[in-house]
Amino acid sequence: MYQIIEKIKLNETVEKMVVHAPYVARKCEPGQFVIVCAEEGDERIPLTIQDYDREKETVSIIYQVVGYSTRKIAAKAQGEFLTSVAGPLGVAAPLTKKKHVLGIGGGVGAAPLYPQIKKLVEAGTECDVILGGRSKEFVILKDEFEKYSNVNVATDDGTLGKKGFVTDILKELVEAGNEYDEVIAIGPLPMMRAVVNYTKPLNIKTMVSLNPIMIDGTGMCGGCRVTVGGETKFACVDGPDFDGFLVDFDEAMRRQGMYKKQEAHICRMKQQIGGQENA
Amino acid sequence: MPNMSLNKVKMPEQDPNVRNKNFKEVSLGYTKEQALEEASRCLNCKQRFCVQGCPVNVPIPEFIHAITEEDFEKAYETITSENALPAICGRVCPQENQCEGKCVRGKKGESVGIGRLERFVADYMMAQNNQEIKAVTSNGKKVAIVGAGPAGLTCAGSLAKQGYEVTLFEALHEVGGVLMYGIPEFRLPKALVRKEIEKIEKMGVHIEKNVIVGKSITIDELMEEGYQAVFVGSGAGLPKFMNIPGENFNGVYSANEFLTRSNLMKAYDFPNSATPIHVGKSVAVVGGGNVAMDAARTAKRLGAENVYIVYRRGEEELPARREEVHHAKEEGIIFKLLCNPEVIHGEEGWVKELECIDMQLGEPDASGRRRPVAIEGSAHCIPVDTVVIAIGQSPNPLIRTTTPGLEVTKWGGIIVNEETMATSKEGVYAGGDTVTGAATVILAMGAGKKAAQAIDKALSK
Repeated sequence: MYQIIEKIKLNETVEKMVVHAPYVARKCEPGQFVIVCAEEGDERIPLTIQDYDREKETVSIIYQVVGYSTRKIAAKAQGEFLTSVAGPLGVAAPLTKKKHVLGIGGGVGAAPLYPQIKKLVEAGTECDVILGGRSKEFVILKDEFEKYSNVNVATDDGTLGKKGFVTDILKELVEAGNEYDEVIAIGPLPMMRAVVNYTKPLNIKTMVSLNPIMIDGTGMCGGCRVTVGGETKFACVDGPDFDGFLVDFDEAMRRQGMYKKQEAHICRMKQQIGGQENA
Repeated sequence: MPNMSLNKVKMPEQDPNVRNKNFKEVSLGYTKEQALEEASRCLNCKQRFCVQGCPVNVPIPEFIHAITEEDFEKAYETITSENALPAICGRVCPQENQCEGKCVRGKKGESVGIGRLERFVADYMMAQNNQEIKAVTSNGKKVAIVGAGPAGLTCAGSLAKQGYEVTLFEALHEVGGVLMYGIPEFRLPKALVRKEIEKIEKMGVHIEKNVIVGKSITIDELMEEGYQAVFVGSGAGLPKFMNIPGENFNGVYSANEFLTRSNLMKAYDFPNSATPIHVGKSVAVVGGGNVAMDAARTAKRLGAENVYIVYRRGEEELPARREEVHHAKEEGIIFKLLCNPEVIHGEEGWVKELECIDMQLGEPDASGRRRPVAIEGSAHCIPVDTVVIAIGQSPNPLIRTTTPGLEVTKWGGIIVNEETMATSKEGVYAGGDTVTGAATVILAMGAGKKAAQAIDKALSK
């Protein structure tokens, strides 16, 4: 059992939990993730590690309350316990000192981006960051990123920062003469694809982080297969970070939607859980 | 006078057309009367060929003799002196190749139903619910076990009995390994697996779930924490794919994923359980082993109308246990033998057809089995909604890539001394599928037991 030490609501649908998970906290590195079950019998869902404290043996996870399983997690209060927090899983992001790196975080994608930027800056890299979201309240961790980097914001409705997409700011930054050794883009698949569509012709190396459907997270099920450079990879053990130029985004998007029907069904069936949470 | 009937006492089973719609156990087990009748078929012969055929050397004639005396407690003690998981072995061991394959009664007629009798004894005692576990005084020596499947559980149980302080690390949220995620409920009820595991916990084994050795902690770190020996029984959990076009369409599963969703995550009970599974009307399972049979029979129970086993060799070459093939056929599984998948066709990202080519058997290959050769011009398509690839698993690389000094084979199996199960790294032992590649529960248990003996010997010096 893994105690929830702290629970913070970041916006209407996004929450952060600091969880006591000694094995994970002792070993995890930026880029890695955990598999979480709120309760016995729940679905195992992968969540990226946003931050960790080796001394307190805690890790922070950030999740968007979108489906049945995330609602089950969200229904847990500070001081209560999650049944499973297994990890750290995946390969640590390959982060070495560079001159200038641009991080792009869309929605909750800002969470896994954060430890990567922090580590790069601590290693002596200059970092710019673009955060994006539907509107103001969907932009998370802005203050945290500002401690380490120059932060730009884009929102679909213009309620914070520039009205438009993260790619609009990306273009501006590049056209203004910024030379990036690498772009790290983490967010929804369409966003990562849009970033790659821009950076690839300019040959600016771009890493993306994938979060496909998986069960065990240890290479056992193969549900998270993704085609990278024409080869099948398992996101759980070969990733989650991949060279964005090589990822087959169309396939990844199709696979992401494999259980849409069932998800809609279970959400209708179990609406009472959402009700309890609001009560 | 022994019962000279040529046939085993028949095992009561659920009707095939009823059971292929539910997940309850197929075989119902002997009644006391049936067990007594079957036990009386044993000649109690001196040669004890059956014991030689058993990977864990259960004193078979002795336990069967105890049954004939209606001393089921003694029968149980006799079995468990060598086998920690009798209710499981009685159900999933390939007895026809082991104990029963060597039984003299099998020379003329059917062998004694040793597996069925083992199961009867285990179930009978479990139902009495008074199996006492004797606490053992600790000898203060710590041993770590990696993986709570058949190999790890057996090794842990054997060492705990001798007073070792055993910690069992499991990567998943549930203990049991392949017994929980792989073998379906209708062949091995999970409540029963949990009971067998409870026994091992009562012996004093400490279980840590959600710990992925190699990621959460390394073997070297375990040694630094004071574990004097480590046994690796991490199984063969990495699914093989065929590397044919279309394998990443939605609706294509590894058998591991398909079975894990249904067994471990209880997707068969969706939406009461939270994990979904996709089945559709027609399902093709590629492969001919026990895992393929499990996947096909699971698909049928999940509501598929047409379920095919697609296997490139012939009936005789099917690696699955004969009983599983028989059960699958009874339940309406369609066998497409000498049939090899070449392409998976899709539409809008989803599987639509499995294109196959017919095969014929040529000269024997390295494995001694006749090599299948494609018949030109025989390509045809099977319309399907789901394809399950069940062509084998290999050991997970997490341990070997994080343990310096551990020698492995080309295909990733850990190399051991077969007498002691000791690896190339001092203090580290290994056994089960991680050494042999995908094999059987009982062979893994045999390896776990052998390693426990070697660990005890090494640490008693």
